[in-house]
Order: sequence, then C-alpha cells, then structure tokens
Amino acid sequence: MTSELDIFVGNTTLIDEDVYRLWLDGYSVTDAVALRVRSGILEQTGATAAVLQSDTMDHYRTFHMLERLLHAPPKLLHQLIFQIPPSRQALLIERYYAFDEAFVREVLGKKLSKGTKKDLDDISTKTGITLKSCRRQFDNFKRVFKVVEEMRGSLVDNIQQHFLLSDRLARDYAAIVFFANNRFETGKKKLQYLSFGDFAFCAELMIQNWTLGAVGEAPIDLDSQMDDMDMDLDKEFLQDLKELKVLVADKDLLDLHKSLVCTALRGKLGVFSEMEANFKNLSRGLVNVAAKLTHNKDVRDLFVDLVEKFVEPCRSDHWPLSDVRFFLNQYSASVHSLDGFRHQALWDRYMGTLRGCLLRLYHD
Amino acid sequence: MPGKLKVKIVAGRHLPVMDRASDLTDAFVEVKFGNTTFKTDVYLKSLNPQWNSEWFKFEVDDEDLQDEPLQITVLDHDTYSANDAIGKVYIDIDPLLYSEAATVISGWFPIYDTIHGIRGEINVVVKVDLFNDLNRFRQSSCGVKFFCTTSIPKCYRAVIIHGFVEELVVNEDPEYQWIDRIRTPRASNEARQRLISLMSGELQRKIGLKVLEMRGNAVVGYLQCFDLEGESGLVVRAIGTACTLDKLSSPAAFLPACNSPSKEMKEIPFNEDPNPNTHSSGPSTPLKNQTYSFSPSKSYSRQSSSSDTDLSLTPKTAPYPQGPRIYLCPSSPSLSCGSLHLKKSCLLLSESSLTPHHSSLVSPVLRKSVSFSEELFLAASGMGSGSAGKEGGPFKALLRQQTQSALEQREFPFFTLTAFPPGFLVHVGGVVSARSVKLLDRIHNPDEPETRDAWWAEIRQEIKSHAKALGCHAVVGYSESTSICEEVCILSASGTAAVLNPRFLQDGTVEGCLEQRLEENLSTRCGFCHIPYDELNMPFPAHLTYCYNCRKQKVPDVLFTTIDLPTDATVIGKGCLIQARLCRLKKKAQAEANATAISNLLPFMEYEVHTQLMNKLKLKGMNALFGLRIQITVGENMLMGLASATGVYLAALPTPGGIQIAGKTPNDGSYEQHISHMQKKINDTIAKNKELYEINPPEISEEIIGSPIPEPRQRSRLLRSQSESSDEVTELDLSHGKKDAFVLEIDDTDAMEDVHSLLTDVPPPSGFYSCNTEIMPGINNWTSEIQMFTSVRVIRLSSLNLTNQALNKNFNDLCENLLKSLYFKLRSMIPCCLCHVNFTVSLPEDELIQVTVTAVAITFDKNQALQTTKTPVEKSLQRASTDNEELLQFPLELCSDSLPSHPFPPVKEHLESASSNSGIPAAQRATSVDYSSFADRCSSWIELIKLKAQTIRRGSIKTTVTVEKASPVGDGNFRNRSAPPCANSTVGVVKMTPLSFIPGAKITKYLGIINMFFIRETTSLREEGGVSGFLHAFIAEVFAMVRAHVAALGGNAVVSYIMKQCVFMENPNKNQAQCLINVSGDAVVFVRESDLEVVSSQQPTTNCQSSCTEGEVTT
Repeated sequence: MTSELDIFVGNTTLIDEDVYRLWLDGYSVTDAVALRVRSGILEQTGATAAVLQSDTMDHYRTFHMLERLLHAPPKLLHQLIFQIPPSRQALLIERYYAFDEAFVREVLGKKLSKGTKKDLDDISTKTGITLKSCRRQFDNFKRVFKVVEEMRGSLVDNIQQHFLLSDRLARDYAAIVFFANNRFETGKKKLQYLSFGDFAFCAELMIQNWTLGAVGEAPIDLDSQMDDMDMDLDKEFLQDLKELKVLVADKDLLDLHKSLVCTALRGKLGVFSEMEANFKNLSRGLVNVAAKLTHNKDVRDLFVDLVEKFVEPCRSDHWPLSDVRFFLNQYSASVHSLDGFRHQALWDRYMGTLRGCLLRLYHD
Repeated sequence: MPGKLKVKIVAGRHLPVMDRASDLTDAFVEVKFGNTTFKTDVYLKSLNPQWNSEWFKFEVDDEDLQDEPLQITVLDHDTYSANDAIGKVYIDIDPLLYSEAATVISGWFPIYDTIHGIRGEINVVVKVDLFNDLNRFRQSSCGVKFFCTTSIPKCYRAVIIHGFVEELVVNEDPEYQWIDRIRTPRASNEARQRLISLMSGELQRKIGLKVLEMRGNAVVGYLQCFDLEGESGLVVRAIGTACTLDKLSSPAAFLPACNSPSKEMKEIPFNEDPNPNTHSSGPSTPLKNQTYSFSPSKSYSRQSSSSDTDLSLTPKTAPYPQGPRIYLCPSSPSLSCGSLHLKKSCLLLSESSLTPHHSSLVSPVLRKSVSFSEELFLAASGMGSGSAGKEGGPFKALLRQQTQSALEQREFPFFTLTAFPPGFLVHVGGVVSARSVKLLDRIHNPDEPETRDAWWAEIRQEIKSHAKALGCHAVVGYSESTSICEEVCILSASGTAAVLNPRFLQDGTVEGCLEQRLEENLSTRCGFCHIPYDELNMPFPAHLTYCYNCRKQKVPDVLFTTIDLPTDATVIGKGCLIQARLCRLKKKAQAEANATAISNLLPFMEYEVHTQLMNKLKLKGMNALFGLRIQITVGENMLMGLASATGVYLAALPTPGGIQIAGKTPNDGSYEQHISHMQKKINDTIAKNKELYEINPPEISEEIIGSPIPEPRQRSRLLRSQSESSDEVTELDLSHGKKDAFVLEIDDTDAMEDVHSLLTDVPPPSGFYSCNTEIMPGINNWTSEIQMFTSVRVIRLSSLNLTNQALNKNFNDLCENLLKSLYFKLRSMIPCCLCHVNFTVSLPEDELIQVTVTAVAITFDKNQALQTTKTPVEKSLQRASTDNEELLQFPLELCSDSLPSHPFPPVKEHLESASSNSGIPAAQRATSVDYSSFADRCSSWIELIKLKAQTIRRGSIKTTVTVEKASPVGDGNFRNRSAPPCANSTVGVVKMTPLSFIPGAKITKYLGIINMFFIRETTSLREEGGVSGFLHAFIAEVFAMVRAHVAALGGNAVVSYIMKQCVFMENPNKNQAQCLINVSGDAVVFVRESDLEVVSSQQPTTNCQSSCTEGEVTT
C-alpha cells in the first residue's frame, strides 16, 4: 500500500510556523521530518511518523504554492486562492524576507548578479546555511533591489510599499540595497569584526544625509529632481568634499584646529596625550577619506579606510568609546571656530554622518 | 420576453503575461449569453487592464435566464494570429431572479482556464431587470428559491412543507462525442463545463416548475448530482423538498401584513411575486386577484389553512402533469407485488437494507421468518395504522389516518430534510434503503429520459414500501446516490421511515393546534423513540422495552437513522463518529455477468456493514446512530462499503449490553485463554469508551421500573405472545444480564478479523471529538472559530496481496490514518470537534482507492460546557417558548395535494381510501397477504446471506424538556455572549462550512444557491508538483472561485457546503491528469453575535427576532 496522493486543503490556509521555518531554512522534507521528530512532537501529540511525513509534505506544498505570491507580497494580499488572515499574511511575508546575519555579511556590498549567485555554494559551506536558504535570501535581495532601483522617493518607503515589510526589516533592506548599489567593500578581513547592524546603521545615516534624497528632503519639487533617489550618493556633494582638504593642507588651519580641540578636551580625556600625538594623523585620515570620495573605487573602500585611518589607530591606543565620542564631537564642532574655513555646512553634512558611523564602528 | 440582463466589465488584474516579447498582455473580454456575444475594447499592454465597458444588455426569456450561465471570456488580442484565450468565468445569474436574494452581482472573479487554472481576476457587474410574465403556461420558474440546507433555513419560517420534488435531465457527454477526437482538451473541457452548467440550470428550472405547481415557493434540501455514465451519456438529477417559506423579517412576521414588505417589491419593481407568502407566490393566474381579495383580511393561521380554497382554483389554471399518482391505497399487495416483479425481471437486485441485528436468543426457525419479513413487508400495507390506537383517543387516530392517507396520496412521501422543528416527527421507524444494479445503455432520446426515471421510480417505490412495513407513512432524511464503473451502475436510496405529526396535517385551525401541541410537547417528549409499528405485528423481532423516559410506550433497544439528532432529544454524554468499512473482491466481468456478480455481493456487504456498525456502537457503549450514510462503491475488481454515522446514547433507550465472545472449540485450552483475553480487552474498551464519552446513565431504581401503567403493560404481554424477545424483557433488560449481551462467535478468520478491526479503531486524541451530523451531541458551547477543509487520499494497492482481509486492512488503515492526520493538522484548534465529517470512496482504477473527506472543525469552550449543563432548565423553557412560537407556524400541508387539487371527483375517492385505511385494521390485512409468494422468492438470496439473526433497527427521535439541545444558532445566541468576540473581522473573508449555521453568528440573508462544476486538466503533471500538487492547487482554486462568487453576491459565507463529486484520473506515464469537481452550498450573509449585541434586546426570548430585524436593516 503506497500513498499516491495525499492532500489537505483548508478554507483558511493552515500555516504551521515551525514547518515554515524549516522550509525557509531550506531543509528537505526528509530532514524536516527528522528535525520535527527530534523536537518531540510525536510524544506530545501521539502522532505517528507517517502522519508527520504527510503533514510536512502538505505544508511544503502549500509553501511552494505561496512562494510565487511571496515574491510580490501585494499579490498575496489581493490573491483569492489562499484565504489567510492578515496577521498570518504579515508573518509569512516577514519570515520569508528575513535573512541570516551570517549570510548577509557575506554578500553585503557585493553586486547582486549571477556571478555572486554562483558563489552561493561557498557561502553555504562557509556559513552552514543550506544552499536553498542562501538562494532564497539572495533572490530576495536581488528582487527588492530590482524593484526599488528605478524608483524615486524614500527608499524605505518604497520597500515597505512594495514588499509590505515591517519598518525594521524595510530599513535593513534599504541598507542592503544601498550597499549593493554603492558596492561598499565589507568583506575585507579588517572589517570582519563589524556586524550587519553596524553597516545598516551607517547606511541609514548615509541615506539620510549623503544622498540626493536627503537634499530634496525639504519641500519636494516633484519634477525638478528627476533623479531624486536614496540609492545614489549625491555626486555634487562628493565633489564638494574636496574643499575640505584645506583643513589638513593648510598647516595653520590644521594647527589651529588641533589647538582648539586640545584646549577643549584637556583633562577630560583619558587618552589625551595619545590624542594630541595622533591628532594630525587622525584628522588627515578623516579629511582625506572625504576628499577621495569622488572616485568610485574610493567610495567602495570607505569602510576599509575609516577602519584603517581612524578605528584602528584609536583602538591600538586603547581609546575608550566615551573618549572617541568626546573627541569626535569636539573635532567636528571646533571647525566652526576656524575663521578661515568657509565650508561649514559641507563639513557638518560630512562630519555629522561620519561621526555617527565612526562611533558605531568603534568597537572590538 | 421578460428579462433584461445587464453586464459591465470593469477591470482585470494579475493577468498572465501573454506576450513574451513585451511581458505584457493586450486583453479584451467577450461577454456571451445564449447566442448573443458582446466584446470590450482591447486594452493594450497591461496586466491590469481597465476596460470600464458600457453596459452590455441582453434581452432574454426568463427560461433562458434560468438555464444559461453568463459566460465571460478573457482573451489576448493578437493582430496576426488567432486570439489566445486567457480564461473564462461562468456566472450563474439565478440568484438575481428572486426578490429576496442578491440584487446585483459585483466583484472580482478568478479567471479560470481548464488547463492553466486561475489566471488573474476580472471585475464584473451583473444586473437583471425582470418583467412581468402572465403566461400561465410559462416554462420558467423564476422566483423559486433553492436551498442546499437540509433544514428550514434560519431566517425563514415554513408555512407549508409540500413534499418531494425530483427531476433529471440527460445528455450526451461531450467528452465521448466524435468531435472530441479532433478538438483540444481545453475545448472539450469547456464544452463539458458549459453543458453541465446548462443542464443544471434547466434542471433547477424544471424543479421550480414542479414547486410552483405544488404552490410552493422554495426547495429546501436541494441535492443535485451528476452521473458521468461515460459512453452512455451524462445524467444530471436532483431531489429536494418543496416548501412554502416565509421570511422572518421582523418580530411581527407572523402577521400577514408583514409578508409583503414593500422594500422587496422595490428592489425588482416588475417582479410580480414579491410576496413570499403561499398564496401570492404560486404561478400567476388570472384568478390570482381573487386569492388576494380574501386572504389578507384573515388572520395568519386562517390564511394557511385556507389553502384548500385557494388550491381549488388550480384545475382552471393549468393541467397538472404531476406524474402518476396512486389514489387507490398504493400499498395494496397486488400493486407493490407487481412492481417488484417488474423490477426483478429487469436484471437488478433490489436489496432492502434494514439494519440487521445479532441476537443470541433467536432460534433458527425464527431467524428465517425474520429475514423474510424484510421482503415480505415490502408488500405489507398500512402497518402504521395499528399504532395509532395507542397514541391516544379516537380523535387522534382519526387525525393520523388523515395524515396517512394524505401522504399516501402522493407518489413519494419523502423529505430530504434532516432536521425538523421539535414536535414535527412523531415516531421514527428506522433506516430504509434500497439499491439496485443497472446496466447502462445509451440514452437514445435525451428529451425523454424514461429509463433513468423508471429506475429511480422503482427504487423510490421500494423505499416507500419499506417505510410502510415499518408502520410509517413518510421518509425523512432521504437521499439518493449512484456508483458507476464502466457500464454497471449501482443506484442507492436511503432515508428514515417516520410518522409525522398529524396535527400539522389538520385542515382546521392551526391555532387550535398550537395549544394542543404545547401540551403534547411537554407530555410526550420522548415520543420520537417510541415504535411506530404495531407490537402485535412487528415486522421483525426486536427487544422492546418501556421507554426509559416516560415508561409508557415501547422503545427498541437500538436506533438507526439518517437524520440529524433532533434538537430536543435527551442525550447522555457525548457522541462520536462511527464507521464501518468493508472491501470485497469481485471477479472482473463484462456486462450482465458483472451486474449479477455485484448483485450477489451486495447483500453480504450490507449485512457485514451493519454488523460492523452494531459492534462498534456497542463497543462505544451507545445505543443510537444518527446521520447514517452507507456508501457502496463499485470498481473493476472490488466493491467497497463505507458507512458513517454518529453514535449517541439516547436516554430513552435501554443501556446497550456488552459484547461477548464465544469460541467455536471450547475444549482447546490455549484457545480458551485467547478468547478470554480478547473478551477482557473488549470489556476494557467499552469501559474506557464510556468514560471517554461521558456516558453515565442515571441508575434507575427497580421501583420506577416496576410501575408502568398497568394497562399498557397488560397489552404488551398479550402482544408478546408472538414476539420472541418478549419474555419479561422489562425486568431483565435492566439487569444487564448476559441475555442482553451481544455475542460474537469466533468461528473463522473473518470473525477474528471483525474483532481485530473493532479494537484497532483508535479514539481521537483528547480534546477532539468527531461526528458526521450537524452538531456534536453533548457539546453546545461553540466558539466562533471554524475551519472547513477537504482532504483527499489515494492509495495504490500492490496487486500481490489482494485478498479480502488485506484489502480490508488497507482500507481501514487508509481511513484511520486519514483521521489521524486530520487530528494532527487541526491540533491547534483543540478543544474542537470535527462536524459533518463526510467520507466518500471511489475506485478510479484497478488498484487505486480514493477517499475524500470534507468536514468542518469547530472550536468550543470547555469551561462553559459545565455552566450550561447546570442551568438548562430555565433556558430551555425560554427557548421552548421561542421555538414554539416559531414552530407552531409550521403546518405540513399534506392534504393540499389530495383534497384541493382534485376538488370535484377525488373527494369521494379520498374519503374511501381514508376510510379503508382507518376502518379496517390494515396491518392485519397485510400480514395475511401473500406471505408465501414472497417467501419463495426471497428465500433464495436470504439463504445465501445466512443471516444469523436480524432485526430491523429503528431510528427514533426523542425530546425532553430537561436538556437543551436547541438549534445551533440559537445556542450561539445565548452562549457566546460571554465568549470573547471573534478576532477575525477582516473584510473579504468568506467562511465555508458544511453545516447549516455559523457558530456565534446569525444568518440574516440567503443570497441563493451556489452550484459549480469545474474541470481541470494538465499535460505537465510533474511540473505542477505531481498528482498531489495538481489536486491541491485545483481544490484551492475551487474554494477560491466559490468564495469569489459568494463575495460578488454580497455574501460572507457559504453554508451547507458540499463537494458532491471529485473525480480524479491520472496517467503518470503521459504526464497527464484530469479532475472534475462539483460543489454546492448556500450563499449567505451573516452577522456576528457580538455585533448584534448592541442592538439585540436583553431578553433572550426576543433576541432571535430582533437580530433578524437588525440583519435586514444592515444588509
């Protein structure tokens, strides 16, 4: 006696959260059944392995049918085939678009292309995440990227609107899309200590302040800003950043800046002497990063540079985070007292974001 | 002439990509009705086209309106080649044809293609303007409402229940026409879908005409089925119960003035029959005004009772083509005898499946006579009249005679209803069923489907005689089914023989009845269980005892019925699903040899199924079965029998005895040990089950038992002289002696198997209950969460081990595993009950068994159960008053047919037949009639069966004041007050349920019947996920289409949903599969109890009415 056909269709589609997780994690039916058996469900319910097998198959089939709709979540809401309560719909979408920290770190900033997709095998081996799951996550990134790529308006809003994700998840996707678009290097060994959260935080700040969307944030001129997008950095702004170079090129300005900072921080900083000794190096580092951002290549290396030029030196001198904060605050604020410097607004736009990023990046 | 159909195509969405180059579609729509077609403009390059078309208007006959579906085809425009079809939508516009249902159909419909499934959606608006039709010879029956629900729909009141209506239409199956060889599968499927849609429209119209002839305005318990007879054609047949319904639109609905709400008239201004009232809804006749002129002035009750005057007009209006009627006592021996011979001669086996009963007491001689009785009583007439005398005074007896004669005058006194208002059923006689095996031949003249009609007429005649043999004049819970394999077809019909309340039949004042009925209700609540036949001439030997409730009347020891548990029956503990499963191998044979082989097997199957049911019932410690449904399925090389029923413990019936196992070879020591081991196991199981289902019947002291009223007791003694089981049963029964026990003799492997199968049935996990009736006896605190589902399983048998035992085991495992899977899947709903569990078995191929289950899981509140059982009395009193108010308006106008429709000549005849019935003790006549002639004929197959001992089981109904088991919605009304309101308040959710109600909600409007037929085919089975993926998707799509149609009608639920057919065929080698599904149900609008609470009155007694009013206003 073999079961040829075995199905269960409810008027309200049954969703088993545990099985959904197993499916999302890319387990085969056999593996999923084994995992469920191990969870002790048979003992709890008095069911047999055959029942479990049939149940798992059934759920997998349902998920498989739902997957097509999950690719465009608004479709899931409007479709008529599966009657699913809204809370369940939200859960299905949210879980489907959720990703693994380990995975996202591997592909963050990489081009979401076929080439990268081929590397998923290695990522799967490296992270221990099933290839199936890797593919789903990768395809999700790519799908979201494709949809919002050409769109105007707020990146987060666009993602939320087209994928019905929670605010948190939409922000994460905004970061992923932003990183993929600007191809920020995140895979270098130096950057391994950074979490996705760190990058996402930086991405958010950068989207808010450094993109074209950030400029148009005030009264929105609907048609004037044809390429009002959150995904691309404001080219003009990057160009302007060259002007900041005077802060380190002009020796008087640099000295004045240093003395202003040192005066303000004297006695307040545990690592004052180290700071004083390193001031010029650090300042040069930060300003040079800004000045280089006109080249795409350097944009990509932004995080590498920040870590090399600022985080690592400070860390080697054992700066506590509070000292870094004091320093950066004073460092950016003091520029306002430099009479010879005329790019205050530019400086604030740059340094405001950078300060936030650096503070986030500064940890072990 | 009289109708204008208007259609507007608004927009489409989620269309498939038809042009690969642009990834877009240039869609347009064809709207077709009858032979007229309109087209929209092409909406270029969009997957979400906005056509916003003009109103397409079709001017059509109302006959066509009823028959034809509106056909909407979405196509992709192609400049150079033929336009590609994207898919179709069929819309049944019937719901727009009667005034109280939907007024507009508007919404998103899935675009369906038989090859690709659902491909996007289309937004359509449909309206109908109906004009007046004064043509008395009209062929349409617009305005007749159809309900699948097998009880009086919740927001209606039955003025009159007219009775049985049936019709069938046949056609050639397009799939088997020559043209099918050259056309695409898609074209073939669509031709089929369209034809069946057309045929069911026609069928419905024809049934409607019959209803109008009977002066009804609705069909309740409408059951339509398809017989795919293959080469020989396609039969669509339907049965139902014609009624005159009145909408309960306001608390004052009982007054005639409220019966013609002007609101409804406004909705369809041209509709001539806005008034659902009996008189106005009949066919329009020139004399109609006359009817109007006098009825409105009368009080309501007068009105309904005045129907005879009204009906006397009929002969002037139109000829009455009502089919042959038997005005002579139809059950006269010669007559039924003749029909039986006729039947036998045309190669079929008709088998009376009255429930067999095992009894160790019966002597061999008696056995024989017992078995004869089944067939014998086919010819017996007027058995029931004997018991009338016991009922009460001579007046009662007279009433009864009237009822009976009235019922006998109609061809088939059948009712497809399964639930009735309390007091409607007087006695329930037991399950009656008939089967016959037919050889299909080509239907030569589709317009005159005489053979099929004749087949069913035979079966029904047989059912009728069975009922008569049980002393009953009516059959309730009646249903018909077929099973077809190649050219052999088994026709089956079954129902429950019953005696209906004669008071409903009285011509006189209903008011008079009201008071009497109230009294009667209180005094004879357990009357349903009492035997309807004469003890003196019992059609079979049975253990009779005095009713455990009233102690006055006799009751049988076990009851089998096909109806739902009456709402007011006293049940101890909870019920459970009981199934008997059976397979029998059969040699492959052709034509007649095959039919003969099947005929020979059927009696064995029936017998074993009943034995199994009885064993399992005993094992559960219960004494009655409700909702019994026995399905016999025929395949190439086997027969399958599946019986499902809900077992309960009726308080009025005696405690069932245990099961005793007797070995054949008592000398063998180890064998003895084995037997005693088994016995112990069985005893343990019974005890466990009693605990599980909370069956603790109250101990009855000897004193009460010993004091029955002397008079009836004396009589019973007298009567017992003939009855084998009579010796002092009253005393002995209660002692639970061995005498009463059920003996299973283990003398061969079959018996061993029986015992084993008894013990392998696993009870559902804790927190789960299951039943196949509407509601679970013993649970009445439903919460609002429901989950309807369909589950299908197909297993392939390995051809090596095809023995009966192996088959049985496989089949048993299949069903048990399926149930286990359901329990597991629905575990999150615990505590919950699977209600209306409906199993269907089919044998699609040689080694395949397919089981389809549809049921609904309903959650209930465990804690509330305790409270409710504690305070039933006051509530039930309150309820009783509401119920009565409603129910009293429920006269069954049985006389209407006989008396008024033949006002001039038949009166005398009628009187004669009535007097012949009442005057002569017909029962006695019957017994003397041709016993021997039947005996000879019957003995042959009865010998074959080797019936060990067999009694006919009677179903019976009982009511008591003490326990409330009220109508479910009513229950919800009161109980769910304190329950948390349902969180599910999303727009667009359409609930589906096989039940006639929605827990925790009030149905405020019926929008019309949903009856849909779909075919799905694939040539890429593997790509679609194999057979499971294919069918899973298809069933989900069917659900979606049903929901979309309901939503478009403005509804939010389907009640009485049923999947009548699910024919699945596969050819994995060719990577192909095809499936046909037929579903039906009633589209309704419901309002949550919690929403109603604001407006509903504080008093529970008025709650029902006030909420109805509210519903009217809001919808």
